[in-house]
Amino acid sequence: MAEAIVPQTKQQPVGDKISLITGSEAIAVACKLADVDVITAYPIRPYDTVMQYVAKMVSNGEMDCEYIVAEGEHSQFEIVKHASACGARVFCGSSGVGWMYAMEALTVTPALRIPMIAMVGNRALDDPGAFGTEHNDALAVRDLGWQLVWVDSAQEALDTALIAYRVAEDRRVFLPCAISCDGAFLTHSQAMVKVPSRAKVDAFLPRYNRGDLLLHPDNPITVAPQANEDWLMEIRRQTAAGMERSPMVIREAYKEFAQIFGRDYGNPFFEEYMTDDADVVLVGMGTLSTPVKVAIRQMRAEGKKVGFVRVRWFRPFAAEDLAKTLGRFKGVGVIDRDFSLGSPYESGVLTSEVRAALYPAANRPPLLGFIAGLGGREVTVPDVRKMSDMVQQAAAGKPQPATTWIGLRE
Amino acid sequence: MAVSDRELAELVKLRPTQGLDPFKGVKKLPLEEFFTSGHRTCQGCESALVMKLMVKAAGPRTVVLGSTGCMYVANTTYYSTSWVVPWMHTQLGSSGSAALGASAAFKALMRKGKIKDEPINVIAFCGDGGGADMGIGAISATLTHPDYNCLILMYDNESYANTDIQLSGSTPYGAHTTFSPPGSKKRIMHHRWKKNMAAMMAAGHPSCRFVSTVCMSYPVLAMNAVRKALTIGGPTFIHSLDPCPKGWDYDPMGSHELGELAVLTGIWPLWEVEDGTLRLIGKTRDIADGRLKRLPVRDYLLKQGRFAHFTDDDIAYFQSKVDETWNKWVIPGVIPFQRDIAADQPPA
Repeated sequence: MAEAIVPQTKQQPVGDKISLITGSEAIAVACKLADVDVITAYPIRPYDTVMQYVAKMVSNGEMDCEYIVAEGEHSQFEIVKHASACGARVFCGSSGVGWMYAMEALTVTPALRIPMIAMVGNRALDDPGAFGTEHNDALAVRDLGWQLVWVDSAQEALDTALIAYRVAEDRRVFLPCAISCDGAFLTHSQAMVKVPSRAKVDAFLPRYNRGDLLLHPDNPITVAPQANEDWLMEIRRQTAAGMERSPMVIREAYKEFAQIFGRDYGNPFFEEYMTDDADVVLVGMGTLSTPVKVAIRQMRAEGKKVGFVRVRWFRPFAAEDLAKTLGRFKGVGVIDRDFSLGSPYESGVLTSEVRAALYPAANRPPLLGFIAGLGGREVTVPDVRKMSDMVQQAAAGKPQPATTWIGLRE
Repeated sequence: MAVSDRELAELVKLRPTQGLDPFKGVKKLPLEEFFTSGHRTCQGCESALVMKLMVKAAGPRTVVLGSTGCMYVANTTYYSTSWVVPWMHTQLGSSGSAALGASAAFKALMRKGKIKDEPINVIAFCGDGGGADMGIGAISATLTHPDYNCLILMYDNESYANTDIQLSGSTPYGAHTTFSPPGSKKRIMHHRWKKNMAAMMAAGHPSCRFVSTVCMSYPVLAMNAVRKALTIGGPTFIHSLDPCPKGWDYDPMGSHELGELAVLTGIWPLWEVEDGTLRLIGKTRDIADGRLKRLPVRDYLLKQGRFAHFTDDDIAYFQSKVDETWNKWVIPGVIPFQRDIAADQPPA
């Protein structure tokens, strides 16, 4: 009997274990698979679940790493920064104001060309207190040389962590990467995840090699001297060049990931959902993809041609690619789970970036910005329908406000 | 059941150190320098001497991490670094974290066979601003980790000397700094007493096996403190008092003498705590044992412009506070607290 010919990337990969795990645990498992050498923890909800899983794996002898509980986020990030300079593969993470407490360390990490991988369990910034998700924490480092990626499932979290190590540690890039996981919706939600074998990971992820930047007595260099105006601009430019090479390296990594692991994410930078024949699209990041996709299926049943573009990589930002894609539609609505007070048109951060990306494009559809789901408030299906309707109105030439807060008590 | 040193070493999997023997005198010092030309410190800078002798004591298989401050800005001008050993900048409050991170990396990589297995010295230094102020939490945390070999050395020139001489938690009472200038209404702007940093580190960190105060006016003692700190294993701490011509306002040729005077007046006692045992060292020991009489603080204070506004009353107050550390402290010059004699009596 003839066997069905299945493309390599569609085959069920051999040796994967299927586990019911949360987004946080998926990233902890990725750290184990990547044979991370030094990990630092400090508690803050919701990211800290990843460190609880790491701690358990260390105590059970499943993972061989130096696991250090720091006395604050600043130290947490400084410890792994220096460990990485000495040649160790490192992992770290935080949430909300914890991430902000580490800000000085976060600032110097890309400038030092430290390919640290961090998990951000996105959380609203204080005050007032809220455990729920908001993207302002991770976005605060958007100008500094951090690569920023948002994922929306535990599987994608695991896969992206492996990809992130490969991209960050590629000498053409050598910049840190923060993987954003929406607090609670992803950090604490379980899903079935295919956990690949160590052999596959070894085939995909080469050893971290710091080369001539290694801090070791065999390589007596002075790292981060006082350069001043004589040289600072040239050094900054080198860091910028690393970020400019990142998209190419990301594409390579996703391609090879699909070949080795059998999961093909298509365009690494953003996912398109029902966009082929769409009139208008919504754009967003992270787990709001779930209510958006549900609402789109409902609206499609009613004949409304709505699609969704989920941005994965926020840094580097695939501006040309995204502008070209969005130019196909009659209207675009960008959903921000963040705020940027006093920004142009009072938009959220993502909206401003998308608007900027569209400026040089040949085709610039009407663009609306929405602020939704702050502090972990649910973005509901009716919310999505409302946003979608407004975009359709704008597409039909009926003026709409540039920015609307959604689901807000009046 | 008591855990032996060997069992403890196994529990925390402490790595061996280089086993650096003490230098037997100034004529026995090695000639090699690992901190050489290229730096831009001020004339008479005692902290530069700390750097030079610290790394001379440590030797070539050493990684040095330096937090922001004079010894960063002045020593590592791009393309003219003075460091022969590998050196990396760390943020102002991060000397503790830097030491921990480097030590953890070497430990993990050697255990996993990713780099050659050998003892590598890890030294992180900080100034008094980076150490006693901003970085005290990270240093404290590092000193609680028994499993990482590293030395944190705080060079204390008693102000933020790199940023224009602003007062720090380590600036002595009454000193003139740019943040505490004497004025027509307030002669004394700085009313805080200097933090007792080394004793605080020694008293509060049971996992830290070696803490010492040093002064480069007594260089062999200081270098041997560094060698002992790097040899004993685990995290260690050294606090060095560094006369600073710019910040203390004196002729650069006076650095060595002021260091001596700080010790001889009893303002800067030299001591070490090794595995819980306190030893007073050098001239400080002579003072404590009555072989040497403490000099009056006036001899020290009036040689420095930062105390030029002091009246006789101010000097007397300063003297009384120093006397208190010698006459009333539970361990003279080192550990404060006065015994409550009445309460110490056994119940009748």
